[in-house]
Amino acid sequence: MSKVLAQGTLPIARPRIFSLARVRERATGGGSPLGRQLMLQALLIFISFTVLFPLLWVVSMSLDPRNISRPTELTLIPPGASLQAYIDVLNKPTSNPVTLPQLVFNSFLLGAGVSFGSLALGVAAAYAFSRFLFPARQALMIAIVAVLMVPSVAALAPLFVLLNKITIDMGDFNFNLRNSLLGVGLALTSGALPFAIWNLKGYIDTIPKELEEAALLDGCNSTQTFLRIMLPLATPALAVTAFLGFLTGWTEFVMSWQFLTNPENFTLAMALWGMTGQYAANTPWSKFSAMAILVALPVSVVYLSLQRYIVGGLTVGGVKG
Amino acid sequence: MAAVIDASIDDAKLAEPAGSKRGRPRWLTAYLYILPALVIMLAVTYWPILFQVYMSFTDYGLRNLRFDAPAANFVGIENYVNLITNQVAQIANFNFWGMLAFNLFWTFSNVIFHITIGILIAVLLNAKGLWFRGVYRAIFVLPIVIPTLVVATVWRNMFDTDYGAINQGLAAIGGIFGMSPDVFHIRWIDQVDPPVSWIPLPLSYFALLITNIWLGWPFMTIIATGALQSISKEYYEAASIDGASARQQFFNITLPLLRPAMIPAAMYGMIVTFNLFNLIYMVSGGGPLRQTEILVTTAFRLVNENRLYGLAAAFGIYTMIILLVLTLLTNRITKATESYV
Repeated sequence: MSKVLAQGTLPIARPRIFSLARVRERATGGGSPLGRQLMLQALLIFISFTVLFPLLWVVSMSLDPRNISRPTELTLIPPGASLQAYIDVLNKPTSNPVTLPQLVFNSFLLGAGVSFGSLALGVAAAYAFSRFLFPARQALMIAIVAVLMVPSVAALAPLFVLLNKITIDMGDFNFNLRNSLLGVGLALTSGALPFAIWNLKGYIDTIPKELEEAALLDGCNSTQTFLRIMLPLATPALAVTAFLGFLTGWTEFVMSWQFLTNPENFTLAMALWGMTGQYAANTPWSKFSAMAILVALPVSVVYLSLQRYIVGGLTVGGVKG
Repeated sequence: MAAVIDASIDDAKLAEPAGSKRGRPRWLTAYLYILPALVIMLAVTYWPILFQVYMSFTDYGLRNLRFDAPAANFVGIENYVNLITNQVAQIANFNFWGMLAFNLFWTFSNVIFHITIGILIAVLLNAKGLWFRGVYRAIFVLPIVIPTLVVATVWRNMFDTDYGAINQGLAAIGGIFGMSPDVFHIRWIDQVDPPVSWIPLPLSYFALLITNIWLGWPFMTIIATGALQSISKEYYEAASIDGASARQQFFNITLPLLRPAMIPAAMYGMIVTFNLFNLIYMVSGGGPLRQTEILVTTAFRLVNENRLYGLAAAFGIYTMIILLVLTLLTNRITKATESYV
């Protein structure tokens, strides 16, 4: 972002006549600094409250001990708070015969698969787009970026039909690609690739070419340069792209809901969706809340700890892209 | 887009002498790097899109799904015509143009709120000597961090008429002023009559708007904060020496210098909001009477509930075209005013 702004700076440079503090004081038009501070604090506390309200609500709900009922009043810690809902979810997450470890495993598999697939394929393509000149380079890049705009839901019909036509038969291992985590994973990987390529290319563009040229002079071939020089230097962007890819698989439910029919393939996201909306009539909200927290907590914690990286990585890629 | 892609690469430098030392031409090496990604995208993105064009001209349905099924009947542009003339008998209250209008209104109204609130809060957070700045920043990032799936399902339950936190919270506040809790038996999601009689928007639109404002402004605040921090303090010093008020400084320095950062963010926000499937599908379900349905939720319904694959394919093509036009338009409009800075 700063790069963009720097170009738009105004050509004014004045000598400092007053101290900054005094200028500011005058600019704010009187009012004691303390009074202003307290007003700001009140406003920000109110905003914090609106941000936290849904989160506190879902935590509070998950601790509610009245298993079957709906909540009838708002309390931060409901009377007789217990972890019963979490235990229930652990024991029997959905009405289908699928265990929680299985759900977690499927979600993880999908997330990790999409993450690894889009990263491995994406970084190679991004490297080529950033460092090589080749026929149709521009056209290919446009073709890839254009897909960024197509919502996956808009192409659901043909994907269903095409994947449905493929049946993989390997003796005991016999499955329909559409009705499998592999099929959903492939579709999600393809969907995540345009973003991965675009974001990684933006980052690789910012890495000085001289480093690779030096390696080439020292006798590395281009594969070695890519693996030993480029990949380590691109680690921050790789981490961000990998994480966002993981998030895609972890939270996806549209395609899974549409494609998968065997409960043993179900994911956490699907189970959560099954607990709300039109299917929610029999699900205690405490159980739903516990499930929501189970789905959100792991990725939220990772997101929060990587947040600085992610914002940085995205803005570099976006602006320089 | 083309300008974006072309940026920052010096093609001349890359054009090395034909053929590298090792015999393999450089362009071939490049293709080897791209090939795996290309194969996957050809198979799972481009081929399905081509197939979608074919499907959109047929009456592809459930019976054509079996692997030994006969080919679907060619129906020409019937699907396309039926969609824009609302002749979709299988879906009650199907209204293509109404839906498109709602989708556009939904997008613009949300992005305007996101940008305005995002900038205002970023400016608040940027106040000099603010206490607990780090704490607020950490709290305000939470909506971005939590998966939309979870956000949407939680808000869906919060808007419940009988047990939802929103009505209970309003009742609690109203109780302080001696109001009966029955006043706050608001049917957020399923009330058909619009809350304001001359505005044709159902209550569930406002529920969705509240949810999406909660979800969307922090991203804009992050972008605006980054941009704010790179504005040189000297402009403000100079301006205040010249006697500019805080308000004048905001409109004449802060806003113009935020523009270059906020415009790409707004464009990104528009595309995301236009296609915000999770939120609408889960919070309002498009209801009541399909009044809050957008293009992507309908596309999903056509496949998932109605199994009208041919019609859904035509619908998907429409969605892509509309999105393309929208993107090109916003790109042009924002470019046209770029010289402002």
